[in-house]
Amino acid sequence: MNIDAFWIILTGALVAICCSLLGCFLILRRMAMVGDAISHAVLPGIVLAFLFSGSREVWTMLIGAALLGVACTFLIEFFHKKARVQADASIGVTFTTLFALGIILISVYAGKVDLDQDCVLYGEIAYVPLDIWLTESGLNMGPRTVWIIGGVLVLLLLFITVFYKQLYLTSFDPAFATAIGLSTTLWYYLLMGAVSLTTVAAFESVGAILVVALMVGPPATAYLLTDDLKKMLVLSALAGTIASAAGFYLALWLNGSVAGAISVIIGLQFLLAFVFSPSHGLLAKRRQPIAVMKANAV
Amino acid sequence: MNTLWDFLSMSDANVRFVTIGSVLLAASSAVVGCFTVLRKRALVGDAVAHAVLPGVCLAFILTGEKNPLILLLGSFLTGWLSLIIIDLVTANSRIKEDTAIGLVLSVFFGIGILLLTSIQHSNNENQSGLDKFLFGSAAALVGQDLITFGAVAVLLLLSVLLLYKEFKLISFDLAYARTIGLPVRGLELLLTTLTVLAVVVGIQSVGVVLMSAMLITPAAAARFWTDRLGAMVVIAAAMSAFCGAAGAYVSFTAPAMPTGPWIVMLLSLLAIFSFILAPKKGLLARYLMQRRLRRQMTRENILKTLFHLGEAKGEYEHSYSKQQILERRRQPLLRMKNGLKVLRRQGLVQESHDGWALTSPGKKEAQRIVRLHRLWELYLTEYLQVASDHVHEDAESIEHVLTPELEKRLEELLDYPTSDPHHTTIPQQS
Repeated sequence: MNIDAFWIILTGALVAICCSLLGCFLILRRMAMVGDAISHAVLPGIVLAFLFSGSREVWTMLIGAALLGVACTFLIEFFHKKARVQADASIGVTFTTLFALGIILISVYAGKVDLDQDCVLYGEIAYVPLDIWLTESGLNMGPRTVWIIGGVLVLLLLFITVFYKQLYLTSFDPAFATAIGLSTTLWYYLLMGAVSLTTVAAFESVGAILVVALMVGPPATAYLLTDDLKKMLVLSALAGTIASAAGFYLALWLNGSVAGAISVIIGLQFLLAFVFSPSHGLLAKRRQPIAVMKANAV
Repeated sequence: MNTLWDFLSMSDANVRFVTIGSVLLAASSAVVGCFTVLRKRALVGDAVAHAVLPGVCLAFILTGEKNPLILLLGSFLTGWLSLIIIDLVTANSRIKEDTAIGLVLSVFFGIGILLLTSIQHSNNENQSGLDKFLFGSAAALVGQDLITFGAVAVLLLLSVLLLYKEFKLISFDLAYARTIGLPVRGLELLLTTLTVLAVVVGIQSVGVVLMSAMLITPAAAARFWTDRLGAMVVIAAAMSAFCGAAGAYVSFTAPAMPTGPWIVMLLSLLAIFSFILAPKKGLLARYLMQRRLRRQMTRENILKTLFHLGEAKGEYEHSYSKQQILERRRQPLLRMKNGLKVLRRQGLVQESHDGWALTSPGKKEAQRIVRLHRLWELYLTEYLQVASDHVHEDAESIEHVLTPELEKRLEELLDYPTSDPHHTTIPQQS
């Protein structure tokens, strides 16, 4: 394995762990499509940050996009709760509006913004090793993206371990959480802020679609395998990591996009769990009635 | 104004194609979208839009050329397959619908990207422009596309027109539709097929991501203007057609502007306008109504308080200061002052040097409210077995909404009572 391949797989794995950890909470809250919406809605944030800072300065982009992500969730909530737009329609209207705004901004400032929508949608992880972070003294620190995503992952791990109880309670039993004095709204927006941050950190290398695939796929697979949230978090991080490594080699073999190949592996993993999961798989369910009949016969 | 005239005259063939194409596409997807939104499957359109990509690529790999009809067929097949898989996964596992949609959407799109990049790297010179299919470019519409668009639009509109009643039933009352023997499964499949058709055709003009807006946004906006399905469909189609034409006009005046995103942007603005300003259902209208009700409740509570104050001594037209009223019933001073002012204008209270007093119509009104309050308390204790110290709160809110008909029925039910559970007299109708 050469060094470039190592960096690509490492980036993929880091993104995968970030996304699948957050994804567990999203799918448990039935908000998978909100994750999808955020991943598209950060586009105008990135463009605006780009216009203000005039470069691909990492921190302005992160902040701009994270703000837009939270604004997107706020708008979805506002349309749904205050204006009483149907929940799914509210998601659909909000993220398409913001995405359209982003594209319009890109075309207005076409000369100044070095962005296009296919880059946002499917990124290019293969370019990760090219963008090397060199320190003042000329020390090669490895690809810049790895450091950014690594930083986000550390933040996320801290966030989830320190506030595990709060996240757990507000996801599973909002009524009880409110009763013991936790603000469900606060944790909702913190979680959504984390989703936006991860999306932005990941979008440049893997694109919005892979972010969605990683946020929904590995957690869904893990959800079919276990009933314990802690196990689900670990399993989905594991599944995401395997998918990103396997996806890399699949892409190499087919000479295609790495992001695409990783999504394909994620799909396969889910298919396997869907059919063969010992507790919730298709086969297990088929067998159950027979087992019950046998038990009755005895 | 000159550019507007140039645009409207449609002398330029290119303008004609783009405009007519955008209007047809927008209107027909809005019509189908109404049904998807009402059936709470709004985001399914998003999944189909993404699932189109592998179909396009497979069709290209198999035939090696960019025949639009074959590409359409390919995308139609995978789009349709994606919906079937979503249904299958939600029906056969504990995965919820939103997760299934997100999963299918991203995995199908991933397969598509893998195939697309694989084709691009294979040096087939024929492949260039395949990604146009993805991001859409309404400006590149040519005569042949228009024929396809027109045909599909007519097909969609005709099917909805012919099966309007059936579609209406399965959107609103699936169980009833099944009972009267409609082929529900078949109709659902047909509606799904129509959605896929609308998406597949529409993608070429607005792109993968924005396609779901063409289905959802007009329907969500139209829902705010009417409760009737027929009107909703017409309003959604009209809004969309207008935005389609307006979007084409924007990119006509500024050629660098992309048509699709502008159509979506205009539609969204219209939708947000509807969410806020639509009569009856809009945010503003509902806010105003709530304020009106709140004020009326304040006024009724003031009348009631004056009545309670007088009740102790049996003289109801005695004057009380604001302080006395506040002592009896805590409330924001400003709100009470405003309430008193309106009550005076209505002739229900009168102001003298030592305070406020009920007039005789005021006393009658106050009596009515107190009566309703006590009747309800009695009803709760007698019929719902609620303890008598728990009934006050509930009666506080219901007294403002009970109608004379309900009052009469309560009376009959309670056999014309004279005292409430707290042993205070229920004032009789004078």
